[in-house]
Amino acid sequence: MTALKNLMQKFLYYPSAVFGSFVVLLLVLLAVYAMMKIPYREAIRLWRGGEEAWYQNPKFAAPAWINYFSSTKYAESFSVNTGDGSLPSDFTPGAEGTGTLLANYTFDFDADTYPQDMILYFTSRFTEKQPFISLEWLTPDGRAVRIANMAVGKEFTYRFAQDEKLKTRLKTDDSIAALFSDPETGSPIKGQYQLLVTGTTFEPDSRIDAEFVFHGQVYGLAGTDHARRDLMIPLLWGAPVALTFGLIASLGSSVLTMIIAALGTWYSGWIDELIQRITEVNLVLPFLSILIMIGTFYSRSLWVILGATIALSIFTGAIKGFRSIFLQVKESMYIEAARAYGASGIRIVFFYLIPRMIPLLIPGLVSSVPAFVFLEASLAVLGLGDPVLPTWGKIIQDANMNGALYRGYYYWILEPTVLLMITGLGFAMLGFALDRIFNPKLRDA
Amino acid sequence: MTAITQPTTESFVSKKATRYGSLFRILRYAIGRLLTLFVSVIIGIYLTIVIANMGGYVDEIMRGEIRDRVTQAIVNSPAGQAMDLEVRQQLIKDRIASEEKRMGLNVPIAVRNARYLANALTLNLGRAINMTSDSGSKQVRLILLERLPATLLLMGISQLFLFFSSILLALNLSRKYGNFWDKLVVALSPTSAVPPWFYGIFLILIFAALLKVLPFGGMVDSPPPSNPFDYSLSLLKHLILPTVSLVLSSFFLSIYNYRTFFLIYSSEDYVDMAKAKGLPSRDVERKYILRPTLPNIITNFALLIITLWTGATITETVFLWPGLGRTLFQAIGLYDLPIIVGSTIIYAYLLAMTVFLLDFIYSLVDPRVKVGG
Repeated sequence: MTALKNLMQKFLYYPSAVFGSFVVLLLVLLAVYAMMKIPYREAIRLWRGGEEAWYQNPKFAAPAWINYFSSTKYAESFSVNTGDGSLPSDFTPGAEGTGTLLANYTFDFDADTYPQDMILYFTSRFTEKQPFISLEWLTPDGRAVRIANMAVGKEFTYRFAQDEKLKTRLKTDDSIAALFSDPETGSPIKGQYQLLVTGTTFEPDSRIDAEFVFHGQVYGLAGTDHARRDLMIPLLWGAPVALTFGLIASLGSSVLTMIIAALGTWYSGWIDELIQRITEVNLVLPFLSILIMIGTFYSRSLWVILGATIALSIFTGAIKGFRSIFLQVKESMYIEAARAYGASGIRIVFFYLIPRMIPLLIPGLVSSVPAFVFLEASLAVLGLGDPVLPTWGKIIQDANMNGALYRGYYYWILEPTVLLMITGLGFAMLGFALDRIFNPKLRDA
Repeated sequence: MTAITQPTTESFVSKKATRYGSLFRILRYAIGRLLTLFVSVIIGIYLTIVIANMGGYVDEIMRGEIRDRVTQAIVNSPAGQAMDLEVRQQLIKDRIASEEKRMGLNVPIAVRNARYLANALTLNLGRAINMTSDSGSKQVRLILLERLPATLLLMGISQLFLFFSSILLALNLSRKYGNFWDKLVVALSPTSAVPPWFYGIFLILIFAALLKVLPFGGMVDSPPPSNPFDYSLSLLKHLILPTVSLVLSSFFLSIYNYRTFFLIYSSEDYVDMAKAKGLPSRDVERKYILRPTLPNIITNFALLIITLWTGATITETVFLWPGLGRTLFQAIGLYDLPIIVGSTIIYAYLLAMTVFLLDFIYSLVDPRVKVGG
């Protein structure tokens, strides 16, 4: 107990240890939250989903909070539909089986830039006669603009920006801009806008549902990418993936390295010699190239890459470090005592030699986590990330492929890099402090 | 390796015999070491070859590609369309066969692997399958040589700067350890957990995208300036960001490591003794601290020279730097086995040679170390 207390005291003495463990704890919480909020299957479905899953989102939209920092205000995205009542509607049956749908949506527009697009999705039910829709637009300065009149089929999409008739009527190439600006000056008008949807049905059972999608310039907490996907999903899910990869890789490689080094020193002879030769061969193998080859030729699955990473990380210089310490430990009195009472070789290796090394192992293990986390991200940046999983590295790659830095989508690249950076620094600082706590020789020096 | 036993009681043993004895010992050690290293290189290269063609899987991909390409070319050509169906089939078949022969696909994979291994070991690098050098050659040697200067320039400047600056700064810090700068370096050393390409992205963001003072990537402006002065200026401008990101990512850890290392050695008794004798601190540093740390410094330097050859694959890719690292990455994407093997064998030889030589260098700089002793 006192030993533990002592350790805690030493721990608190290092600000980097406190900071590092705080970051690690936060990451674990984030990972747990991600897995609870978006279950694995759902995350994969959304991440791999195309237009049908993400049609409500704008492309390349920055996160909404940039409005707090930017002098120009960007329009926020939203979507409303009559199905769940977010788009208020009222259906009144009329004479001879006809009916009228009145839906109007009022919203505040106080941005300095125009939205990317506005789209109306209609789904209707009828047997023979198609329902008829007319759209009207009310501006804050009291103008009423007739947008379109049309018959809608079972599924019908109306895109404001692509309606040629509307362009002619508004005498413009950009209907969206024209709808939100003063016809005289051409500058955007802020205030309350209203969209009026009037639908007429001609059969007793005929119904219309409408969904109004407003593609602004900003979206949500994380923004969106080139495929309209909410970046929140890979940002959240990147945490468990990065932690899993980093922790398993570092735990697997360092524990295996230690066990093999212990077996080699204990049994010595040809086993030890073999281990040394394998280490030499492994030194010759180009680590990154082999991972790239496995990613290119075999499989980009995270688990395959993880296995290969561990396999290639076992026989490295670390094995020599462990070996030299084990050689010293092997001669100690307690080992001799164990041998005297007849402990088996395996017992000595696993119960006497290895436990002695754990204080040395832990700092190294924690310090090597960032290298593996970044390795996964590096492979993703080279286009060899897991094809299914949403990860931080994949976001960077997508951003890079779409010229995010060149085209000014900084949020896209900054969000995953900042998270990766914090993860790396957190583990590195913790490992660094642990090293000094467990190996006090370094502290004096 | 056991040292040769020397007769201690017999005083008549001439010095000549001892010298032959140690020469014999060194020779025996050197040959043994060379052999084991060579075997390691052979196994390493063979493994690389096997992984690089995935036990024949890559052959299937290449066969499919050849079949598609040849068939498309013949079917789409006017001459091919005019041909009789049977003649055309025969032509396609012949073309495929000759193409497969050109790429060596008609030979069984085991034979091909052995041939690759033999060629690699004799540094007969052969011809690339898909890649060509900028001057149009398919010789692996020429392709690699063409990219070598770019990598040497980038890696040379950054690694040499890193090496010398961190040793000098570390010596400085170890003199007055515990002061502000020392603490700062210790505090900043975890920043080296972040790889260079990562700093690269931040640097591109700041200096290329926001400030627009430095280029996003590449090696020279396009089109390259014709006069040598402008050319080097443009080269320099493109060199800044990748170099800075390579240096930045290991700077603080490197200083920290050397500093700790020097501190450990400066707490030795003989250093205290030298100080007590009143030797000037310069001499203490040179003769009592730097001298025993020399083997490690030399090892680091030797390993640094090897990394010059491998390049920095991801940093080069992020900065579109036409170096060896990026070439290797491209070669893997194109299943270009000769290039993969070529660059691996050169690395392996350099490494084996360095490992071999280091043993001897240790004994030269540190009289306590005995070769094969």
